[in-house]
Amino acid sequence: MTSANIEDPRGPGRARIPSSRGLSRAARRVASFVFSLAVTLFGLLLVTFLIARVVPLDPVLAVVGDRATQAQYEAARVELGLDRPLPEQFVRYVGDVLTGDLGTANLTGQPVLRDIQRTFPNTLELATFATILGIVLGIPGGVVGAVFQGRWPDQVIRVVGLLGYSMPVFWLGLVALLIFYGILGWAPGPGRLDVTQQFTYEFDVTRYTGSVILDSALSGAWDVFRNAVAHLILPAAVLGYFSMAYISRMTRSFMLEQLGQEYITAARVKGVPEWRVIWVHALGNAMVPLITVIVLSYASLLEGSVLTETVFAWPGLGLYVTQALFAADFNAVLGGTLVIGAMFIVLNLLSDILYAIVDPRAR
Amino acid sequence: MFNLRTPILAGSLLLGTALAGSMALAATPPDTLVIATSIDDMLSMDPAQSFEISGGDQINNVYETLVDVDPVSLQPIPGLASEWSVSEDGRTFTFKMQEGRKFASGNPVRAQDAAWSLQRVVKLDLTPAFIITQFGLTKENVDQNVRATDDMTLVIQTDRPFAPTFLTNALTASAGSVVDMETVMQHAEGEDLGNKWLSQNSAGSGAYTLRSWTPNEAIILEANPNWDRAADLQMKRVFVRHVAEPATQRLLLEQGDVDMVRNLTPTDIEAISNVEGLKVQDSLRGLIYYLGANQNNEILKNPKVVEAIKYLVDYEGLTNTLLKGRDVVHQSFLPQGFLGEIKDNPYKLDVEKAKALLAEAGYPDGFPIEFLMRNEQERIDIGQALQGTMAQAGITLNLRPVVGSEALEIYRARNHELTLQTWGTDYPDPHTNASVFASNPDNSADAKLVGNLAWRNAYAAAETTPMVEAAVVEQDEAKRRAMYEEMQRVAQATSPLIPLFQQIEQTAMQANVNGFQAGGAVESAYYWPVTKAAAQ
Repeated sequence: MTSANIEDPRGPGRARIPSSRGLSRAARRVASFVFSLAVTLFGLLLVTFLIARVVPLDPVLAVVGDRATQAQYEAARVELGLDRPLPEQFVRYVGDVLTGDLGTANLTGQPVLRDIQRTFPNTLELATFATILGIVLGIPGGVVGAVFQGRWPDQVIRVVGLLGYSMPVFWLGLVALLIFYGILGWAPGPGRLDVTQQFTYEFDVTRYTGSVILDSALSGAWDVFRNAVAHLILPAAVLGYFSMAYISRMTRSFMLEQLGQEYITAARVKGVPEWRVIWVHALGNAMVPLITVIVLSYASLLEGSVLTETVFAWPGLGLYVTQALFAADFNAVLGGTLVIGAMFIVLNLLSDILYAIVDPRAR
Repeated sequence: MFNLRTPILAGSLLLGTALAGSMALAATPPDTLVIATSIDDMLSMDPAQSFEISGGDQINNVYETLVDVDPVSLQPIPGLASEWSVSEDGRTFTFKMQEGRKFASGNPVRAQDAAWSLQRVVKLDLTPAFIITQFGLTKENVDQNVRATDDMTLVIQTDRPFAPTFLTNALTASAGSVVDMETVMQHAEGEDLGNKWLSQNSAGSGAYTLRSWTPNEAIILEANPNWDRAADLQMKRVFVRHVAEPATQRLLLEQGDVDMVRNLTPTDIEAISNVEGLKVQDSLRGLIYYLGANQNNEILKNPKVVEAIKYLVDYEGLTNTLLKGRDVVHQSFLPQGFLGEIKDNPYKLDVEKAKALLAEAGYPDGFPIEFLMRNEQERIDIGQALQGTMAQAGITLNLRPVVGSEALEIYRARNHELTLQTWGTDYPDPHTNASVFASNPDNSADAKLVGNLAWRNAYAAAETTPMVEAAVVEQDEAKRRAMYEEMQRVAQATSPLIPLFQQIEQTAMQANVNGFQAGGAVESAYYWPVTKAAAQ
């Protein structure tokens, strides 16, 4: 992204032979990425850690509960290391994290790492599916809206999008369940799997990745796979609706900007077919800022949609971290924050890479 | 919705129909009990550690205790011990083990297992340990004082004479579960006596074994073929699915995807009680709502003021509206269902009487007071209702709703004024509540008896503390019962701990499900008596 890149005399599209200069640049990039990853995660840990220590919630009480005597309380306080000075607590925590130990969650009595391995794949499935729906429907919607600006297709798309923005997700989720599960019986109920499939999953499916969909496919348990996908559709559609509303609105505005540019007029004058002008020339350029929008929207879904996860009894990361927060379970909160932070950084990198693919100038 | 033809919905419909196919008429497997409920409180399956409601429900079906509780009458009955006796001095309890009982592993259930299980609770010293250690058992003496004299005989020696029913009742709690020593010790790590392994696994002799527990997701129990009544067990599996949202629970029940749901709101209960094929079962549980008036407060330490407050609660009104189907009026500290329960509720809303009492106390125009509670909807609603009735006598309640753990912190530090709290029983003996509501061995601030409710309210309980001490050692059951009745009447008249309501649990289920027992005030849920008639 330096000026040197832009002035690259070879220009885009030409075969590129990796030069030693290119290699060292790649190495520098990797190094700078790793460095920024480390710095960001460290900062994130520090801030979360400090917030966790200043909020007026007592993690000891959360562990020992209502019945504890003063002696049990003190013992638990020592056990949790909370009697030590704050800097020492932090150093110990970071040391543990570096060795892969995120501590034990009071909320579940399990290692935080195991909890995250269990909840994160569920959130990943939901967010990915929702984002795909958002892209597949949102981009064409936005393009159509821009092309028919002010006319009825635009109005319809805008109203649908507006509904997506303004309806509380909790309510939308319940209504969707009521209609498609309760009344029509087309979608399966809340939860990750039906009872029978849950048993098959429990007894016959090997856990390779922690993702029900992937694991059941890899194990060839197609009944479970179908059921898992079926269970995913409704919550993903509800989440995807919001994602779609956002993506289509942004697409529309980016497209309007592009359609007003001179190169569009030039292309039309040259006799380029209209579909090509819109879907290739204009959309191609609108994709550049759109990638950032999509990646950010994906990242925010990966944080987990607590309300959707609640309504659909979906055991995801968002629900986990939120419950942990209310229960003053700081190990779980810190662990969850770390994962979400890392995801943001990785997605940022992904967006840089996509950027480079779509926009030659960024190479 | 169709007319909108929103692409996303249409898309989801298409995909949904394509994939849903065969799931139109869902019914649960005939040999599986499927329950949707909230299990997010569950922390461990180890009976020496578990102290949560959800954990207790599973443990009650996976483990057995020396003394059991009958699922129908909810009275103590012989469990793994067939009989027991108490020595003359009331300090030595001898239990005879049942013949021929086996753990799920196939190992025989011996007195050594029972002794080791109790020793383990004391040595691990986790939350429920006090239920066992209160008999004078310590890490140092437990190996001598709880011992197997042979494979079939267990002897427990207490530090002083105790009421026999006190010990046998305490042994019915989860902490009294008998675990399979050999199996557990194979998985012990360091000094943990198998605690880590047993948190996630089971080694009991009960109707089921734990197949898996995924926190906040699901629990699967499987029939234990070595259980003595295994042949009669109809539900070969129990599947407890974590569903936090009541509206979602209701949908699952109405669709027939689950047999039973346990956290519906009164509105949901009312709606489904008219639905054919569904039914609702009530069970009075051990949870009590009460007010605590801090006796360190200048105003609240006046007994007339406390009495006036007792007349300023609209007991009937609240249980008929806000708490309908959830609570009943209950003005004594032992829940109904406990030994020594009393059912008289002498107080009702009487503003004039309260005004007269306040005038006598020197507050004819009332006073402002802070009202601490957890920021949960039901409690806020109750707080607002109390605000209304108290205002009629001039008392201004300044509501202070805070997060649960913060409320507890304030309360344990005696930093509240008037507070709304709940209390659940710890084990099915009257001493569980008597010891915290009516007994305060040392009211000084330095004593820090933070687990004791009387202490938290700086209430010396001078009259009832000796009564509690006497009742817990009384050898005669009838006399013991009378003692609890009497001390509750004293507390009712004088205590600044004011019991208001007792919780009802409403379990909604398919009409073909029979035999479920939520456990009443004294036990956890029973799955194993459940049968399902063939679905219509």
